[in-house]
Amino acid sequence: MSPMARTAPVPAATDPAIIRNFCIIAHIDHGKSTLADRMLQYTGVVQSRDMKAQYLDRMDIERERGITIKSQAVRMPWERDGVSYALNMIDTPGHVDFTYEVSRSLAACEGAVLLVDAAQGIEAQTLANLYLAMENNLTIIPVLNKIDLPAAQPEKYAAELASLIGGDPEDVLRVSGKTGAGVEALLDKIVHDLPAPQGDPNAPARAMIFDSVYDTYRGVVTYVRVVDGMLHPRERIQMMSTRATHELLEIGVSSPEPTPSKGLGVGEVGYLITGVKDVRQSKVGDTVTNLAKPASESLPGYADAKPMVFSGLYPLDGADYPVLRDALEKLMLNDAALVYEPETSAALGFGFRVGFLGLLHLEITRERLEREYNLALISTAPNVEYEVTLEDKKVVQVTNPSEYPTGKVAEVREPMVSATILAPNEFVGAIMELCQSRRGVLGGMDYLSEDRVEIRYRLPLAEIVFDFFDILKSKTRGYGSLDWKADGEQAADLVKVDIMLQGEQVDAFSAITHRDKAYAYGVMMTGKLRELIPRQQFEVPIQAAIGSRIIARESIRAIRKDVLAKCYGGDITRKRKLLEKQKEGKKRMKMVGTVEVPQEAFIAALTTDESKDKAKKK
Amino acid sequence: MPSVLPLGDPAPSDGLLPAQAAAGAADRAFGLYVHIPFCAVRCGYCDFNTYTATELGGGASQDAYAGTAVSEVDLAARVLTASGLPDRPLSTVFFGGGTPTLLPAEDLALILRAAISTWGIEDGAEVTTEANPDSVTPESLAVLKAAGFTRVSFGMQSAVPHVLKVLDRTHSPARVPQVVRWAREAGLAVSLDLIYGTPGESLDDWRLSLETALSYEPDHISAYALIVEDGTKLAAQIRRGQVPGIDDDDHAAKYELADQLITAAGLGWYEVSNWARTPEQACRHNLAYWRGDDWWGIGPGAHSHVGGVRWWNVKHPTAYAGRLGQGVSPAAGRETLDAETRNVERVMLAARLSGGLRIDSLGDAGRRQVAGLIADSLVEPTAAFRGTLVLTLKGRLLADAVVRRILPD
Ligand SMILES: Nc1nc2c(ncn2[C@@H]2O[C@H](COP(=O)(O)OP(=O)(O)OP(=O)(O)O)[C@@H](O)[C@H]2O)c(=O)[nH]1
Ligand SMILES: C[S@@+](CC[C@H](N)C(=O)[O-])C[C@H]1O[C@@H](n2cnc3c(N)ncnc32)[C@H](O)[C@@H]1O
Ligand code: SF4
Ligand SMILES: [Mg+2]
Repeated sequence: MSPMARTAPVPAATDPAIIRNFCIIAHIDHGKSTLADRMLQYTGVVQSRDMKAQYLDRMDIERERGITIKSQAVRMPWERDGVSYALNMIDTPGHVDFTYEVSRSLAACEGAVLLVDAAQGIEAQTLANLYLAMENNLTIIPVLNKIDLPAAQPEKYAAELASLIGGDPEDVLRVSGKTGAGVEALLDKIVHDLPAPQGDPNAPARAMIFDSVYDTYRGVVTYVRVVDGMLHPRERIQMMSTRATHELLEIGVSSPEPTPSKGLGVGEVGYLITGVKDVRQSKVGDTVTNLAKPASESLPGYADAKPMVFSGLYPLDGADYPVLRDALEKLMLNDAALVYEPETSAALGFGFRVGFLGLLHLEITRERLEREYNLALISTAPNVEYEVTLEDKKVVQVTNPSEYPTGKVAEVREPMVSATILAPNEFVGAIMELCQSRRGVLGGMDYLSEDRVEIRYRLPLAEIVFDFFDILKSKTRGYGSLDWKADGEQAADLVKVDIMLQGEQVDAFSAITHRDKAYAYGVMMTGKLRELIPRQQFEVPIQAAIGSRIIARESIRAIRKDVLAKCYGGDITRKRKLLEKQKEGKKRMKMVGTVEVPQEAFIAALTTDESKDKAKKK
Repeated sequence: MPSVLPLGDPAPSDGLLPAQAAAGAADRAFGLYVHIPFCAVRCGYCDFNTYTATELGGGASQDAYAGTAVSEVDLAARVLTASGLPDRPLSTVFFGGGTPTLLPAEDLALILRAAISTWGIEDGAEVTTEANPDSVTPESLAVLKAAGFTRVSFGMQSAVPHVLKVLDRTHSPARVPQVVRWAREAGLAVSLDLIYGTPGESLDDWRLSLETALSYEPDHISAYALIVEDGTKLAAQIRRGQVPGIDDDDHAAKYELADQLITAAGLGWYEVSNWARTPEQACRHNLAYWRGDDWWGIGPGAHSHVGGVRWWNVKHPTAYAGRLGQGVSPAAGRETLDAETRNVERVMLAARLSGGLRIDSLGDAGRRQVAGLIADSLVEPTAAFRGTLVLTLKGRLLADAVVRRILPD
């Protein structure tokens, strides 16, 4: 066993040969952050008394939900055979919505610790993240975690892992992030197995931006991995894509607190502060170089995260619109994956159409807006983006059903995904049935082991992004796991369903669905609204329509009694208080034509069961 | 009196009223309400401030009650004078409950005489007591008449045994015609209280109750929709599914039937839930509440109003007696209404009366609503042409919605 390093290598003066850059990747919840905790502790960068579980999950939302949302990089010293090494560890998120976080972390590393819960085995994101790591030519260290659990089956899963990546089951390390067992051996193995970073110390500086975060006190903090050359404080740097130049006010490493250094050299991972206020000026994937001695070629970047799901966000109180606008602007500083533009809804007033990576991303963003900016929000039913071609060949991108063109439509295309589902083989039938009902096309099926299969489907994104995972979980008694990635688009028989109250279309309730599902949507929504909208002084017809064709209808009967008919004697105060309460209630109504619709009805109608809390895991 | 007191400002221990109370008092009528907080049993639907003898730990407080009430009459006279109000004779008196007639008629007579000797009483003043059919006799009614009562309001509620049972009423239906006859013979005007929409009551049950009540030729009828009040036994029964809930459509149909039958029998509506044989037989005491006149409410939990100041007494009979025993005002809280609130109350109350509301007394926004209200058949067009807003039958059923429309936001 190696002892804790007596002296830590100094940044800017560290030989690349003693640097090891790795990330921890795994399926959600397999224990990445807990393992990272032990590493922080055993390498001495966090004292035991300061330790708390999932130390690197710092956002309130991360801590409450027990999941990692943002990757975190930390520099740790580790001594082996009398040599002090500098390890840069990146803890990554496991949820599929944040896969893009994983892929950019990979670009900063030579190796990956592939962690597998020894009680769960290989799951869909295990495969997806492994695939990404291999694509980046990383050296993989397979590790079984949670071996302290009574339900752990290390032999079985070691064999599975070995057959997956090649090698001997004996080489699969067994650790417990909880008890710390095997963690020191893992650190040793990282030093031993992973290649040192390669780079030319004398070439013009090139550093890859793999994260960019807005901090209220320090402005934008840019995380980089230096590939060639060296960066120093106070020198002028240039962003190679935009040619924008900045002065390097501070440069340093996270250990895990930010620690300024004299610079960063080949293979080192650290942060830069330039005083810019907008993360977009420090774009993830861009290359930083030295203005005085610029590099001629930038490093291969990676694609921007592409929003997959769109939803309208509206303040409950119209007066909060400016607050929402400022809040989105600030959140965006920290979350380059967030895109938005203003939109108006006849029913909901002024708001924004916001693009998200997935439902969890939507939910977390909404929660942060509500919590950190004290807003009460309505979010409209989420939808994917459609491409509508009109007969006159005009093409319209539709991120909001109410923007669906009214002219003659020649074709509608919808985004597709390729999905990988892992489950015990007894559930194959149920899974195929589910995917078929979601318009999926089987791509293939493989046995990972005797009783575990990998099933691949191509499916419309709209069919999987909402309730698919919950249904999959329940159909596989919790054993099924899912990973998906974007995979082009296809033309489909899609229609827009409108909902009308009293003949007046309510834009917030419009939806684009497959023709076969339009009727079900119409029946569901009209039924829901009938329950949710209080009776009015007149009868209110509720209709669902495709174009001018009505496909479902309900009606709310006129209210006949709205009067307090009881003897209250002289207690006029009570009667007046009741009236005041009624009037308050009326203020919280939104008018749709002449129909008073309580805000709660909007919220309830737009809260699909899927989006309620399901994306939460705890 | 409903048993939950409002939240208001604290009332001073001497009971003295703010200056605003006296302004214009000479032009307002002055009435007296006397609350009798006792019942033989508590009905399952009732949340009035009333107590059974067992709840109060014996009958002692009932025996002493008349004396305590008279001490509040004395206090009332002192407070009004000290607050700068002119002496005004009583124009109406109303004994309500609870069940006033659970006390010996002599006790009610004692309180009434004390009040008359304190303030005097107008010629032809209206003096009412509520009564349960169970708790009156020809003799007790004669005592009341002799003391100056002019009117008795019986809690008939229904003529149908299974409905009376759900309501926990103890009297037998046959008792009602008897007590009505006794009251007539004693020279008292008679009103009957009915409740509609009781769980399990059919439209025909209600028709029977109405026809039965009308066959006794009362001078006045009040018909109230059964309200399920929080915390009552009835609310718990509905929550547990032991009796069916309340249906507003059923209430509406029964109100329409009530108005149809009562009107056909020759009585006319003058407030949403009240009909009188002649305009003179409308309950002037209740009208005083709705028109914003002054009255003093005697008794635990009783509410008073003088010139835009509303206050209410402590709820529990023991606390009430204790305060008066120490010569301290029993008022628990009060509110001094500003002009805007007074206007809200005026609109809210007057809109429910057949006398209606002057349209020119509404704000601009309210006046702009009138045409729409006519179009929606909620107010009478001909009255509106003459400048008064009077509700139609449909409008009476939707009176709260109308009030919300005509009040400023
Ligand atoms: N028994 C046991 N539980 C563990 C171990 N490691 C992690 N856990 C538990 O597993 C759960 C998930 O751990 P995390 O470290 O948050 O997992 P993660 O992989 O970082 O999760 P994401 O970041 O959301 O993908 C927590 O409840 C941990 O306490 C272990 O070695 N043994
Ligand atoms: C306070 S009670 C007093 C009269 C007497 N104790 C009695 O019950 O006959 C006055 C009237 O209020 C009505 N009432 C009481 N509780 C009610 C409720 N929950 N809903 C509707 N009306 C009610 C009844 O019609 C009752 O006759
Ligand atoms: S008798 Fe009247 S006051 Fe007493 S409990 Fe019954 S309804 Fe209420
Ligand atoms: Mg984590």
